[in-house]
Amino acid sequence: MGNIFLLGLNHRTAPVELRECIAFNPQDTEKTLELLKKEPSINESLLYSTCNRVEVLFVAEDKQAAVAKVKDCLSAINDLPLDRFEQALYLYENNDAVRHLFRVAASLDSMIVGEPQILGQIKNAYRTATTRHTSGVILNRLLHRAFFVAKRVRSETGIGDNAVSISYAAIELGRKIFDTLENKKVLLIGAGEMAEIAVEHLIRNRVGNIYVANRTFERGAALAKKFNGQAIRLEELVAFVQQVDIIISSTGAPDFVIRRDQVKELMRGRRNRPVFFIDIAVPRDIDPDINRLPNCYVYDIDDLKNVIEDNIEDRQQEAIKGERIVDEAVIRFQEWLASLDVVPTIVSLRNKLDTIAQGELKKTLGSLNLAEDERAAIIRMTNALVKKILHDPTLLLKRDGCRGNRSVHLDLVRKLFKLDE
Amino acid sequence: MEILAIGTILAYLLSTVSYFIFLFQQKKVLNRIGFTLLLTGFILQSIFVGYKYALEGHFPVYDLQGTLLVAGWAVAGVFFLLQYKFNLKILGLFAALLAAIIMIIAAQVPSQPLPSRNLFNNFWLISHVIAVLIGNASFTLAGGAGLLYLLQERAIKSKRPGFFFKRLPSLERIDATGYACIIIGFSMLTLGLIMGFIYAKNVWGRFWGWDPKEIWSGITWLLYAALLHGRISLGWRGRKAAIMSIIGFAVLLFTFFGVNFLLQGHHGQFTRF
Repeated sequence: MGNIFLLGLNHRTAPVELRECIAFNPQDTEKTLELLKKEPSINESLLYSTCNRVEVLFVAEDKQAAVAKVKDCLSAINDLPLDRFEQALYLYENNDAVRHLFRVAASLDSMIVGEPQILGQIKNAYRTATTRHTSGVILNRLLHRAFFVAKRVRSETGIGDNAVSISYAAIELGRKIFDTLENKKVLLIGAGEMAEIAVEHLIRNRVGNIYVANRTFERGAALAKKFNGQAIRLEELVAFVQQVDIIISSTGAPDFVIRRDQVKELMRGRRNRPVFFIDIAVPRDIDPDINRLPNCYVYDIDDLKNVIEDNIEDRQQEAIKGERIVDEAVIRFQEWLASLDVVPTIVSLRNKLDTIAQGELKKTLGSLNLAEDERAAIIRMTNALVKKILHDPTLLLKRDGCRGNRSVHLDLVRKLFKLDE
Repeated sequence: MEILAIGTILAYLLSTVSYFIFLFQQKKVLNRIGFTLLLTGFILQSIFVGYKYALEGHFPVYDLQGTLLVAGWAVAGVFFLLQYKFNLKILGLFAALLAAIIMIIAAQVPSQPLPSRNLFNNFWLISHVIAVLIGNASFTLAGGAGLLYLLQERAIKSKRPGFFFKRLPSLERIDATGYACIIIGFSMLTLGLIMGFIYAKNVWGRFWGWDPKEIWSGITWLLYAALLHGRISLGWRGRKAAIMSIIGFAVLLFTFFGVNFLLQGHHGQFTRF
């Protein structure tokens, strides 16, 4: 039958230098799965690798042999001696492994709780495992449950609700001001990396024209070209503030680039259409007093960070609800797993046949008028029939007739006789 | 008749509760329940108004109960119009709560059906009352939108987005909804006043009689005219427009109730008891 194991390391147990060394690309993953497939003690296996974790999920009979083999594989594929990373490894067994997988899939175990990528990564890993035929009855069921749990956690808790990165937080704020960012004009002051990331997010939200103002015009022009925008000179800056809706500033200027008085003058020309300043420069570029002007909104880097911190706190609160959903799912899975055991399967199989036999006996004997010894003979015959029919299947399931992969047979029997009702 | 009134009140109250829980839990199904209940209340109330019409032989706007009945009906009606255009869900909380309160008051005040007089079946008079009440309902919802705007603006400006930030729609949407309310309200009020003038001319032989209600209606009209003018030619939007709509609502309340109770005039009998 086999037990479920999960061996791996993550951002809590291994520093980034180590995680960098034990990263699996798709080819490595397939190679590892092939290696594990050859190992007789391992029935099923699956591997996922993200920048924060590498975990191998496997079903095995012989714990020691299987674990040693998996460790070997991790070491061999990454060309890293085992003693360099053995300290960082954790091993979960059965219920704990199931719980851990559910928590990872639901993003409860992530570095940033609620981040949505992990589910896709596990889905990919599962796809690889199915194409390589390394997942079987147990892992199939387990992974489908994991996807279901993840979906439930996401829809029933607010775990993924609020932005937890600077640029997402800025976009979310923009949406709460403008409703839609579509066709909103954007002005970029300074050409920093952070500003670029923010603009990429904005473009994904289909903003309108993009203007870039930079101290060196050429650099600004290069960036503008990248975003299909238009470069402008710093001297024209203030005039452009009147036209645009979102301003992202990240210059290295020691003093404010845009002042309150300038904006105040411009607002009339804008007919008070709202304008959103995102100041990610340190020291700040945008006069914070602008926030006090009507229809002007200024968020500097600290403000955005505060927003994120609040959101992370909210997510942690929501994660508690998620844990409860996971707990439920673990119990449900455990019940299914227990039913896959040999003895309960044989018992329910016998019960099923007995019920049918007794039912038919009752019907037949009720309609016939037989003597006592004749009745006894028919009952004896029926019981013997049931026993004989059950004999070979019972033997097959009990003995090692299924050669290690008993769960497949158990699952088949349960389906064949509809024992899961 | 009683059953209709109770059913309407119940539907509006339950709708209010549903929208209130929606504010906290943000489950779509709650919004849908609230909306359906509000619609149910609206239909029941329409039947109620129709029934009263048939019973009294004239459109029921000649006592406080009738006026309130139509006023509450207009609030719900204008909300449906806005919901269709702007999808400002949480405004349903205002609409449902207001409709419920108005209906409860309407059920409390005694109905004094006046003998049907030809005077009352005048087309101008009925149109006047209905137009003014729809206008009032729109202005009321504009006040509600103004309040939502101030809450959301405060949340964004304070840089601590919290409870309201997540639950209220964007500033632009609230602002656009409020603006639409003002436009509908102003058009209906203007129309209503004109019809009132025509009626006054027919009955009393003059357009304007310096009746307190007339004076205060004029003030209300001027206030909203100023708001619209400011918006169109000076770009008063956002916070300023929101505050103005709330002030406008306060003046409106006085025009609707205050004038009747505190001052004398020929509208008194309809809105006093």
